[in-house]
Amino acid sequence: MRRTVELRDHQRELHVFQFRLTVAAVIAAVVFLILFSRLFYLQVLQHDYYQLLAEKNRVNIVPVVPHRGVILDRNGVTLASNFAAYTLEITPNQVSDIDALIEELSGLVQITPKDLRRFRKMLDEEPDFSSIPIRTRLNDEEVAHFAVHQYRIKGAQINARLIRHYPNAEVASHVVGYIGRLSESEFEGLKNEGRAYNYTKSDYIGKVGLEQYYEQDLRGVTGYEHVETDANGHSIRTLRSILPVSGNNLLLAMDVRLQQIAEEAFGDYRGSLVAIEPETGGVLAFVSRPGFDPNLFVEGIDPTHWTALNESPDHPLNNRALQGVYPPGSTYKPFMALAGLELGIRTPEYSISDPGYFTLGGRGHVFRDWKAGGHGIVDMHKAIVESCDTYFYELAQDMGIDMIHDFIAQFGLGRRTGIDIAGEVSGLLPSRDWKKRRFGQRWYVGDTISIGIGQGYNLVTPLQLASATAILASGGQVFRPHLVQHIQNAQTNELETIEPDPIAQVPLQPRFLDLVREAMVDVTRPGGTAAWAGAGAKYAFAGKTGTAQVIGLKGQEYDEDAIDERHRDHALFIAFAPAEAPKIALALLVENGGHGSTTAAPIARKVIDYYLLGIEPKTPAPRVVRTESESG
Amino acid sequence: MVNRFIAFFGKHLDRQLMILVIILLVMGLLILFSASGGSYERIAAQLVNISIALVLMWIAANIPLHHLASVALPLYAFGLVLLIAVKLVGLEVNGAQRWLDLGFARVQPSELMKIAVPMMLAWYFDRYEAVLSFSNFVVATILVVVPVMLIASQPDLGTSLLVAVAGFYVLFLAGLSMRLLIGTGLVGLASLPFLWSAMHDYQRQRVMTLLDPMQDPLGAGYHTIQSTIAMGSGGLLGKGWLNGTQSHLEFLPERSTDFIFAVYGEEFGLLGNLVLIILFMLLIGRGLVIAANAPTLFARLLAGGVTLTFFTYVFVNMGMVGGLLPVVGVPLPLISYGGTSLVTLMFGIGLLMSIRTHRRLVQT
Repeated sequence: MRRTVELRDHQRELHVFQFRLTVAAVIAAVVFLILFSRLFYLQVLQHDYYQLLAEKNRVNIVPVVPHRGVILDRNGVTLASNFAAYTLEITPNQVSDIDALIEELSGLVQITPKDLRRFRKMLDEEPDFSSIPIRTRLNDEEVAHFAVHQYRIKGAQINARLIRHYPNAEVASHVVGYIGRLSESEFEGLKNEGRAYNYTKSDYIGKVGLEQYYEQDLRGVTGYEHVETDANGHSIRTLRSILPVSGNNLLLAMDVRLQQIAEEAFGDYRGSLVAIEPETGGVLAFVSRPGFDPNLFVEGIDPTHWTALNESPDHPLNNRALQGVYPPGSTYKPFMALAGLELGIRTPEYSISDPGYFTLGGRGHVFRDWKAGGHGIVDMHKAIVESCDTYFYELAQDMGIDMIHDFIAQFGLGRRTGIDIAGEVSGLLPSRDWKKRRFGQRWYVGDTISIGIGQGYNLVTPLQLASATAILASGGQVFRPHLVQHIQNAQTNELETIEPDPIAQVPLQPRFLDLVREAMVDVTRPGGTAAWAGAGAKYAFAGKTGTAQVIGLKGQEYDEDAIDERHRDHALFIAFAPAEAPKIALALLVENGGHGSTTAAPIARKVIDYYLLGIEPKTPAPRVVRTESESG
Repeated sequence: MVNRFIAFFGKHLDRQLMILVIILLVMGLLILFSASGGSYERIAAQLVNISIALVLMWIAANIPLHHLASVALPLYAFGLVLLIAVKLVGLEVNGAQRWLDLGFARVQPSELMKIAVPMMLAWYFDRYEAVLSFSNFVVATILVVVPVMLIASQPDLGTSLLVAVAGFYVLFLAGLSMRLLIGTGLVGLASLPFLWSAMHDYQRQRVMTLLDPMQDPLGAGYHTIQSTIAMGSGGLLGKGWLNGTQSHLEFLPERSTDFIFAVYGEEFGLLGNLVLIILFMLLIGRGLVIAANAPTLFARLLAGGVTLTFFTYVFVNMGMVGGLLPVVGVPLPLISYGGTSLVTLMFGIGLLMSIRTHRRLVQT
């Protein structure tokens, strides 16, 4: 019985299939008929109309690139602008033999293999009727030379084009970034975001830094010209044009002179410095040394320079302030001190007798103080001024990791600050959870002890440390650090202010804040760890030194001179001033600089001396270049 | 010796399909030569694509039917895992996550699903042959919807539509109730407003421009306007090979890839178009004949699904160039420049050949 049902269903299904297949075939045939009818309509019935359109389709739509917005510092000094330069260009559809033309042109002006490569690439990508540059930045002599011979050269002409220029070259290169030719994948990306209409394939786009982050503001809107051409594609006249809209200008919080003094102060050291205005969160200086010349990238960097930059052991392309992670070392102590006071674990008066080491659980592992023999009787004030490790080992033990983590997290360490350039890394603020996730291990008390002096698992970026210092300086106001203060509308000159309001407030009691600030001021006075750097300061200079270990030395004495330079400790320093009403807060790191007081603190002093008092450093840094930018 | 060689390599190649494929590929190369402005590099690159595709076609043609059926489920599961992997760890290229980096190569798992989905459904229905019930169709629909949603969220609308269509054809051929079909169609129409609000801006713009290309002559309507002008000005006999003004004066965008049909139409006219359409109809017709005569339900459904998907490529691309359908990134099979879809399509043709040539070897 069952079998007959199956057989019948077999038959039925076969019939259904064959019927449906026939239906599909009929539908396909009908669809093809519709398609053919449509083509018949286009190619026969409407042929004359389209023939006419095709004849008239001599109207090329030529994009007009908008002026890119300029980037200026807080005093109007130009960091990125555009200048008009003469460009030798070829219109391929007016030329019968491009190779012969290039041959001829190279007799008049110098054409390098790099120029040729770029030209060939654009020749593939751009329409034949567009004008493709073969040489950029011709000098006056070359222009004159070409002009004399122009009458016998067809299809090549000299045009004035705007070229991006970074007049201060290396200064703030990591902040400004650079633009470069749109890559295939970037163009695809613009397509997906629905912004490709604003670009041609040979256009420029911001690649790094502010140029990249604010691309949409800086770019503007591409205009179009409808250019009538004759049958050979030669332009006759412009019929209609939609004007481009210039990109908006970026006005930075940065002071370029300050930035330059900071950069010069590093000398040959590698490192990073970030200075923030505590009242606004505006970034006053943002240093990553060494830097690079962004002008090299605009027309595509040549292999020699690229190799040099990319393979240098100093990694000049790395943005250390944003992406370098280091243990904060003793710069962590003021935050630990605040934690102890605010959470009631310590009173200002509580003192210990420091033998020069701390023993976990009375007889366990020994943690040494940096000063053999100890600091004697130490209260909170002295613990900060002399950077007493023993005091903070004990404090860390008494607080426990959870308290430390939750309190310090309010200062943003171990988390991206949200600054307005891309690529920031998060660093690490260790916690019980983190260790469980990362290593699958529980947290040991021993892990907590070195956290107290900013070692152990702690990792911060110089930017985070600067932001945390600014929060401390402003009495707990948290801003998202921002490089751009205002975006200036290129049409109306209206200013849009970036991040004007604090995003959070860390609850801190004034008397505890005062204690930590006073102690930090005493750090730079006689008896403090940075007394030398603070000598003669005409303002209350609050600071804290720090050292981050590069390699662990087991039981050996640390002898700075005997150690390979790249294995020396990193020197750290955080500072703000004037302490009673801070105008500037900063953090800096000198890679392999040894101890914070000798290399790092003097840099901070130079920077703050200039910012508050206008004092130029003794070995003057070269003045920044002031140029008239073409759009303001 | 030579004969034995041909006999070995040609044993599982269907002669009629093979002849049509070769004619279309050669035509494609000729048009590409014109569309690329006489670029031998493009031709060479496309020849590499064609070689790879031919090898894969041959491999597909030589897989016995029962092996095909047994890989359906693993292939589908593998594709699904890859799609989920793309979602989790895929390469984000330009705001869309479509690629998976395997270290030595990048793969686009959504392309695999164009074959894996119809194969899976065919296998599934084959299992329940003769006792098909409503619930089977529900399960089958889910089997289609899951990968389609994953692909659509990459986002890759074009590919997700093609996968959905491939799955739908198998459902249809397996006997999905006509009443349900019409009902779903009505529901679909009713849900259009919701779909509209869920679309990306650029997708909406494409639809709007389809309705009125003149609305945005510089932006989204540009493709359609230029392709209809190229097509229309070609006339009955065309302007002749390498003489298309619209394509050569560079008015026509993407003329080597998705819009290559416009170059062809301009240079070879309505007559050329008729020839091309007839060639495609013959190929599709051959596929349908193979489906009708296939020995098992699995083979029938797979052959039918693959053939109709091929048909969809052709009519969506031609409709797009002719200004009947919106601009979606679907190439013209065997003609457009590019390797990815060529490989998939030729693999599909290989499956048809396998179904054709292994039928006598299968015991029933």
